[in-house]
Parts: sequence; C-alpha cells; structure tokens
Amino acid sequence: MTLLRVSALSKHFGGLHAIEDVSFTIRSGTIHSIIGPNGAGKTTLLNLLTGIYRPSSGRIELAGQPIGDLPAHALAGRGLARTFQNLQVFTNMTALENVMVGRHRHLDQRLLPSLLRLPGFARAEAAAAERCAALLEFVGCGAYLGADASAMPYGALKRLEIARALAAEPMLLLLDEPAAGLNASETAELDAVIRKIAGQGITVALVEHDMKMVMGISDHVLVLDHGRKLAEGTPAEMCSHEAVIAAYLGTA
Amino acid sequence: MTGKRRLERHSGEAVLALVLLALPLLLPNAYAYDIAVNAGFNAMVCVGLNLLIGYAGQISLGHAAFFGLGAYASGILTTRYGWPPLAALVCGAAGVGLLSWLLARPVLRLRGHFLAMATLGIGIIISIALNTESWLTGGSDGLMVGDFSVLGRTLSGDRAWYAVVAVLLLVTVSMSRNLIDSPVGRALRALHGSEVAAEVAGIDTARCKVLVFVLSAVLASIVGSLFVHYAGMITPARAGFMRSIELVTMVVFGGMASTYGAVIGAAILTALPQLLTAFEDYETMIFGAIMVGTMIFMPRGLLVTLAGCRWLPRRPAP
Repeated sequence: MTLLRVSALSKHFGGLHAIEDVSFTIRSGTIHSIIGPNGAGKTTLLNLLTGIYRPSSGRIELAGQPIGDLPAHALAGRGLARTFQNLQVFTNMTALENVMVGRHRHLDQRLLPSLLRLPGFARAEAAAAERCAALLEFVGCGAYLGADASAMPYGALKRLEIARALAAEPMLLLLDEPAAGLNASETAELDAVIRKIAGQGITVALVEHDMKMVMGISDHVLVLDHGRKLAEGTPAEMCSHEAVIAAYLGTA
Repeated sequence: MTGKRRLERHSGEAVLALVLLALPLLLPNAYAYDIAVNAGFNAMVCVGLNLLIGYAGQISLGHAAFFGLGAYASGILTTRYGWPPLAALVCGAAGVGLLSWLLARPVLRLRGHFLAMATLGIGIIISIALNTESWLTGGSDGLMVGDFSVLGRTLSGDRAWYAVVAVLLLVTVSMSRNLIDSPVGRALRALHGSEVAAEVAGIDTARCKVLVFVLSAVLASIVGSLFVHYAGMITPARAGFMRSIELVTMVVFGGMASTYGAVIGAAILTALPQLLTAFEDYETMIFGAIMVGTMIFMPRGLLVTLAGCRWLPRRPAP
C-alpha cells in the first residue's frame, strides 16, 4: 500500500531550483532511503514533506490525503514525525520532557485542567511520562531520563530526537542524517534502533550519507542530484547504476 | 503518582506558605505591611510575566499598561457607574483579555527587538490615553477609588489585605507551576527551545504564544483591579513605561524560567527602593544598574545562580 505519494514536486528559492519535478512513492512498512551528494536537495525535500516549506508546485499525499498545504504543526496529527540534521533539541528541558513534547498531540491541552491539575489530569500525565520513559529506554537513552538535555552528549541527543518523534506515534518517521557525527559503534546501535522501529510497522524515510548503513538497511533507495530525481530502486540496483556512480564519484 | 513525588512537587509551595505565614511576625508596622502587600501584587504580575518571558521566551515591555487598564476599569466602573467591585474586576479582565488577544496575533509574529518595540509602543499608547482622556480617567491627577467589597463584606486594613494577597499569591504560584508541568507548559518551553521542532511535534506555536500573552495580560489586569482598591487611587504613572521596565527587571533579576525566582525578584525589588528612600531621585538609575548587572553577572537570575553555587541539592548527573 502506498503511504506517501509525491508528484511533480518543485521548490524554488528565487532562481535556485532546490527541488525540481521530483516524483516518488513510499510503500508502508518499508525503510526508504533518500541519498545524494551534498546540496542535492535532500533536506529541502524533507522540509517540504514536513510542512516547513511550502511547495512551489506539485502534490504531496499522505495515506491518500493531500498535505502539501498544511502547516507543520498539523502534520503531526496526520501521522508524520521527523528528526533534524542539525539537532533541534529543547535544551531548556530534561530528556523526558523533550520526549513528552513529542507526545503533545495525544495529551490534554485545555487550559483550566492544566492550571488546576485535577486528579484525572495528573494520572494522564503520569501515564504519558511512563510511556515516554519507555521510549527513551527503547532508543538506548534510559540512563538520561531526568537529565537536562543541555548536559547530554551528542550521540544521545540524536537518539533523544528519535524518541521524541516516536512519541507522536507516527505512521511515517523521517530521519534526517541520524548517523552524521556518530562513530562506528554508535552507528551500529542506531542501525539496530531503526530496524526495531521498522519492525513495529512504522514506515521510515531515511536521509543519510553513511552508505554502509543505507545499503544494509534500506528496502528502497531514491537518489537525488541537483534537485532532480536521478534514479531509484533497490540498494543493489543503485550500487551498479552508472548515473549514480557518476554523480558520487564524477565521470572519468 | 507516589506520595514522595507529590511531596516533592509541592515542597516549594509549602515553603512559600510558611514564609507568608511567618512574615507578619517580622513586620513591625503598617508601613512594613504596605511594602509586603505591594510586593505580593508585583509578585503575582511577575509570575504571569515570567510565563511569557522566562518560559515562552517572548518579551513584553508594556505589561504595566495591562495592569493599569485593569486598575482603571475597576476604578471607573465602581466610582462612576456604581458597579460592584468584583463585577468590575471581571469586566476589566475580560476587556484586557480581548484587547491583548487582538494585539497578540500581529505583535507576536515579530521577534526579538521588533517584538520589544511593538509591546513598548502599545504600553506607551495606553498610558498616554489614560493621561489625556481625563473626562474618564481623571488625567494625571489620577482617580480615587473606594474599598473592595463582595457580598456586603468590605476588605480593609493591612492585615486583611495581607492575608488575601498572600492566599492569592500562593494560588497564582501553584497554578503557574501546574501549568509549566503540563502539556501546554511544555509547549511554551518547547517553542522557546526550538520553534521548528515544536511545530513538527504538533504544537501550534502561534496559538501558544497568543495564549500565554493573553494569560499574563489578564493576570496583570486582575492584580491591577485589586491594587486599585487597596491603594485607594491610581495614576497613569502606574501604567507607564517605567513600571513595565521595573516588572521586567524583577523577572530577570529573580531568574527567568523560575516561578519562585519571579516571586523573589519582585519581593526584593519592591522592598529595595523603600529601604533606599534617600536615593529616591536615582530609583530609575538603580533599576537600570540592577538590570545591567544581572545580565552581565548572573544571566540566569538570582535564584538559579544561588542554587547553582551551593546549598540547594542539584539534579544528579546520569
């Protein structure tokens, strides 16, 4: 079943065509990687998918519903969650509170019960805290539960963002270079976490430079270059694709 | 929640309650009571302002105007139109709520200096209006206002006012802390930390900013309404720019993103000018110096700085 359908998507910044006529689909239950050289438009594409940028033209459909014109905050409710290449952690809060922000859309946002903290409200908060603590455990950050996010190491913050995104209970999780800046053993742990997430039936879209990870983990790979779709297919097909090799290594 | 966690959650309020109960033993005369009651009024406004500045990371340099509007609404409605004080208070709060809501949407689109300038401008416009519309407000002479009464009981005397303000302060602090530790409160802190990440988490950041702006303005208005009955009069200076700066200084000095910091900042900076009456002409300069000194030497405010260097137990490192 098709979860995400992108049709003829373009984004222009003035004269710069950051994304030009890109179409692809993501089937539910798969790990779908988006790769390409620096400046290929991968992060721009993710920003378009998550409502941070508005498309210049084209269509984005999630589970059959058009989402291209929705603001970012409305997309969490549609089942979309993401992490950021350059960390966007709430450093003024604890690790657990960060994850609980991810759960925002499932929690009681009425003002009066918040001010009075009625018993039912307090119980719901405790249940949410327990659930979010389990997510921190799941991504391997259990030790940082009550720690200030500002005091956590880089690798842990990367996984904290994943836990925060998972707290929204998304259908589609978009990860923007989760392995960037991680060492080999941290990358291996991350690899395992992503597989576990996919194992729970959450569709994963992965933007990543670590080719070893991409080729090992992906069901499907989309290659971008200069804002255009260069190729797509299975990891094995991409490894032997002439245009892909040329884009990465240059032509002789 | 376990009993221990509940105790932890409310330990701050318990300490504040004990301090408020013990304080009358240390207050020698009516003058000292007056300072304490005024500190309580300021503390309540600062707790609200801190939600906006400290937690949500927005700025308002016009909050005294909302305080002033509440005070004038109560003063005008009770003296000129014979309204009961409580009805006037509610009407003033509703009016300020509506006004701040109308202002919030366009104003909170701005960031940093622009937001500061816009709120500053709004504050100045309101205080000018209070000054010039003397047929209604009494102009620069101010407005004399009677006692606060509800259901035939009149609130008067230092001790009675102290008791009422102490209870209201405790309620305000408690509600503020409840809010901070709720999904809405986390949303406010999140949009301060990273607006884009907050949006992606499903938080309508524009709506959250409007909510906290209106909430803090309405609280200032309610406190203004009570103050006007306590003081017996109100002048436009109370709604003016310098008062707004004083309020922000109290929040910054006590500690941003700390409810108790706001209370302590308000208490110290309300009492200080009274203790330094010899320097009355330099009050504005002293506030300015405190603001600058705080920003340079303890940017996280008095409470957090003290907590960071000793006595208070620190969060254990993982």
